[in-house]
Amino acid sequence: MINEEFDAIVIGAGMSGNAAAYTMASDGLKVLQLERGEYPGSKNVQGAIMYANMLEKIIPDFRDDAPLERHLVEQRLWVMDETSHTGIHYRSEDFNEVSPNRYTIIRAQFDKWFSRRVRQAGATLLCETTVTELVRDDKGKVIGVRTDRAGGAIYADVVVLAEGVCGLLGTRGGLRKMLTPEAVALAVKEMHFLPEEVIEQRFGVKGSEGCVIEAVGTISHDMAGLGFLYTNKESISLGIGCLVSDFTAKMESPYALLDALKNHPSIRPLIAGSEVKEYAAHLIPEGGYKAIPQLFGDGWVVVGDAAQLNNAIHREGSNLAMTSGRIAAEAIIQVKRRNDPMTKRNLALYKTMLDESFVVKDLRKYKDMPALLHNNAGNFFTTYPRLMSQAAQNFMRVDGTPKIEKERATTAAFIKARSRLGLVRDAIRLALAWR
Amino acid sequence: MHIVVSIKQVPDSAQIRVHPVTNTIMRQGVPTIINPYDLFALEEALRLRDAYGGEVTVLTMGPPMAEDSLRKALGYGADRAVLLTDRYFAGSDTLATSLALSQAIAKIGETFGTPDVVFTGKQTIDGDTAQVGPGIAKRLDLSQLTYVARIATIDLAAREITVERRCEGGTQTLKSKLPCLITMLEGTNEMRRGSIEDALSAARRQVVKWSAAEAGIEDLTKCGLRGSPTVVRRVFAPTARSEKAAQIDTAEKTLRDLADELIVAIFTRQPALEPELAFDGA
Repeated sequence: MINEEFDAIVIGAGMSGNAAAYTMASDGLKVLQLERGEYPGSKNVQGAIMYANMLEKIIPDFRDDAPLERHLVEQRLWVMDETSHTGIHYRSEDFNEVSPNRYTIIRAQFDKWFSRRVRQAGATLLCETTVTELVRDDKGKVIGVRTDRAGGAIYADVVVLAEGVCGLLGTRGGLRKMLTPEAVALAVKEMHFLPEEVIEQRFGVKGSEGCVIEAVGTISHDMAGLGFLYTNKESISLGIGCLVSDFTAKMESPYALLDALKNHPSIRPLIAGSEVKEYAAHLIPEGGYKAIPQLFGDGWVVVGDAAQLNNAIHREGSNLAMTSGRIAAEAIIQVKRRNDPMTKRNLALYKTMLDESFVVKDLRKYKDMPALLHNNAGNFFTTYPRLMSQAAQNFMRVDGTPKIEKERATTAAFIKARSRLGLVRDAIRLALAWR
Repeated sequence: MHIVVSIKQVPDSAQIRVHPVTNTIMRQGVPTIINPYDLFALEEALRLRDAYGGEVTVLTMGPPMAEDSLRKALGYGADRAVLLTDRYFAGSDTLATSLALSQAIAKIGETFGTPDVVFTGKQTIDGDTAQVGPGIAKRLDLSQLTYVARIATIDLAAREITVERRCEGGTQTLKSKLPCLITMLEGTNEMRRGSIEDALSAARRQVVKWSAAEAGIEDLTKCGLRGSPTVVRRVFAPTARSEKAAQIDTAEKTLRDLADELIVAIFTRQPALEPELAFDGA
């Protein structure tokens, strides 16, 4: 029996959990953090891109000692068909700033660092400890947790659920519904090791500069999906993800998609000669604004992936996780300062603050996007990419055909594939969803 | 009773990777674990403490990061952890290691109470010598019970311990005076999962850190590389012996007959020994 009571128990030591634990512990709250893995990051397989601004708000001097791979100076957005890619590349010397905006990171290392900072801030961390159950009082208020270790329950004024995408604990505890296959993507990823010089050569970067490729098109086999390639110091993270419901409906297997992506003529030379050292798979919340569950209740708040806070359109997840963790912590600190109880009514402050932040504003902006892309995956991920590739090739290839005929052929191909009405409808739908 | 368990932090051999570019072993980033053999020693120590009362002190020698192993041991339920860390210890072979550890155990005795039992694992998975445990026993003048499979009884009043020891072809039952040193055989128990209290107190407990001087080690020439005469000349795979030890039945024959047979058997196999050792006028 533990007689000791904590101000807050944080479940999970990923981005959102660490942000919450750090913020509360720095403010002097007595924080206990429980992590299932052997060490923070041990179970993490994210890509990963980390956005500096959101971490700066929590740990301003993180650049001094955080394990960062490369800062991004170039982003390539590709639309791919079977043999080609049409791309927008944006590269800017402005990204070589004193405090760069985006970094590639390897989460197993990054999370270890973040967790060290959390403990330095005063939080107590227990690893290899799985929370099995939320403990409630007779009125249903969450007052603590039970773990898979012997020795009974641990009590706290508030429990922060930062348990990650599956959120089994919260689901089991009746705080939110089970995840649906339409609301999560399954992404698979390989780590390809290459010498630093080779990466620098192939991507035209030097020092700690890095490059990111994100791609849509026929690589996702008619499903709503995204391929990605991130440059780390001595490795390349290459992966692809699609909705779980699509995988089921199309009977596609994730590794086959990744294999095909690796063998695509636009990707193959970039990873040639590399040694694959890791194969990983993970779920990513994709439901967007409409999938956000109840975020707070009597004695609890939920943050990060567990709260489905992921911007699939901009591929931002960890910054929403960090920010929601920080904001939840700040709300808890405010309630605590007023000496108010951690009731549902008081913890609603978290939702109010989160609604005001970019997290919910961004997700609200794209609230119709997941459904649009999912329901029209064939058009957006196969038909249009093919048309775009044809159009580009038509434009580039010089073969004596008068230009006016080429343009007519391109237009005709678009109309044949989608009809005039269909094209207009897709454009309007996309514009509305983007708005 | 006071039990000291000496453990070692080792690279997790299951996860050692070769650098794909330089083809060297990647020491950095290789996860470390408590030497798996040591866990049997630690668990046995915890069981003795639970049964007879007292304290378990865990000791390790290593770089500052070896503290992780001690924290883990505290999480399993050990009461105290001592980290012996000093740059003078770098490069220690088994001779230098057993010296440093035995001095530290003596110091632990002075500071926290004389140990009744010192435990070590059978051997480590990185060095595989199985010399450090016996080395500690010799230096501290403790009875030495190696390859122990089971602790049968402990009589704290009479200061006696009875153990079963695995040996080639059988099991020996040995009785010894306390204090003693036990090296525990693998597979003899299963490491427990620490309770939530153990985990909490482990996360907060301070690890005692001693330098060579603080552990009372005065002669630094006997520490680390300077104190290590061992040189690895060659690494090779040994060929396995095909012959097994023969069992002698003491019930059927007299000891004199047995001894005669044994001498004949030895001289048959090693004829060179006969002129040297044969005695006249038997």
